[in-house]
Amino acid sequence: RERMSDAGDLSGAEESQEEVMTPAELIAKLEEAWLNEKFSPELLENKSELVECVMEQITHMEENLQRVRKGDVKASVHRMEIDRIRFVLSSYLRSRLQKIERFFPHVLEKEKSRADGDPSFLSPEEFAFAKEYLANTEVYLKNVALKHMPPNLQSIDMLKAVPEPCLDSFVFLRVKESQENILVEPETDEQREYVVDLDEGSQHLMRYRTIAPLVASGAVQLI
Amino acid sequence: MSLLTLRRNFFNVHVITTTKIYRENCLRWYIGDLASYDFIPKKYRHLSATNKFTMFCEKAVELIRELHRMGDGQLPAFNEDGIRQVLEEMKALYEQNQTDVNEAKTEGKSELIPSIKFRHSCLLRNQRCIAAYLYDRLLRIRALRWEYGSVLPTTIRFHMCAEEMEWFNQYKKSLATYMRSIGGEEGLDITQDMKPPKSLYIEVRCLKDHGEFEIDDGTVILLKKNSQHFLPRWKCEQLIRQGVLEHVIS
Repeated sequence: RERMSDAGDLSGAEESQEEVMTPAELIAKLEEAWLNEKFSPELLENKSELVECVMEQITHMEENLQRVRKGDVKASVHRMEIDRIRFVLSSYLRSRLQKIERFFPHVLEKEKSRADGDPSFLSPEEFAFAKEYLANTEVYLKNVALKHMPPNLQSIDMLKAVPEPCLDSFVFLRVKESQENILVEPETDEQREYVVDLDEGSQHLMRYRTIAPLVASGAVQLI
Repeated sequence: MSLLTLRRNFFNVHVITTTKIYRENCLRWYIGDLASYDFIPKKYRHLSATNKFTMFCEKAVELIRELHRMGDGQLPAFNEDGIRQVLEEMKALYEQNQTDVNEAKTEGKSELIPSIKFRHSCLLRNQRCIAAYLYDRLLRIRALRWEYGSVLPTTIRFHMCAEEMEWFNQYKKSLATYMRSIGGEEGLDITQDMKPPKSLYIEVRCLKDHGEFEIDDGTVILLKKNSQHFLPRWKCEQLIRQGVLEHVIS
């Protein structure tokens, strides 16, 4: 893919990462995260560094665009590229926010019961947003209805009331790293559980629950 | 399980007679369902003739049905009256249960227990219906922020109660704080760029006077009603959603 190689150095993705990524690699990673988040029924691990790097990249590209001669055809192509990247980033963040709102009690519970070493599913800002959403909704329900109800019915257990993500939904995936001996649960009573090997490059349709850890590790890509 | 399904299950419940109240109300459920099919067997006709009886939880289910009827995204007016009636029914049921519980305890009338349990399950059902009604409305209101932006059309605002407006304002604020924090600098407005970019510039027609509009290279455009312009797509998105501009597809 064409990059703005004549408009200055764009590999601004170095700071907190051990490896230096080219802009192309950065955007590829963003697209992978975007697709995974879009097709996964549950909220995936948060990728704040990726988001920050992409934002920096967009800012760089916009600055460079200012320097290009107006009316140059290259300018509109690069403008389009900036728009595309911004769309993917926005869509990625929207997917996450929608899942946070849909499953807010469960998301917060998961974050609360996470061990200190485990990766966080919510960025600090997303966590704040989720807490505000919960508080806002609880205050609303209380003021409109719950406080007028009999004393033993003035609270609602949000964890029970709000549905959980359906981890048994089926997803399409492409295998990036070969996996062996993946245990698949039986669909019907006659079947027994069996193992499959996932070959690199192959595509499958499986229950999300079976391959959830592989999505987290990057071994498979949801499509 | 949808609440309408639950109702049909009640229809299949066998009528058990332990206490007078329990029996009467089960019959009322039965009659109620038959009434909705416009057919009532002769022997029960005298029961349906009296208007004064109502089913428990009937008003609560009506609230749900009202929302179910409105298509996706539409927000009907807040049914304050309906909520009030359900809350009153809950109060009455609770008070009846209080009395019965006391009687059962002090006078050992254990035959009151089934009707106590029955009223309690009606109370839970009412609570659940109200919560579902209110929560579903919140989801529709949330969608309005993403559809219309921060300022809602007055017609929609009239359909919201004061607490819903408060929820909306809080939600807007939370969302704005979050968006500002993205990427660590100025943030990113993720309510824009809702569709993948197809073309750079689009032809738009102005539907109402919107005054002056500045685009990236500094030029100022006057958006007068019925004027047509060739503008950058990303600048027009929000105005198109608000109904100020219209995308002209030739």
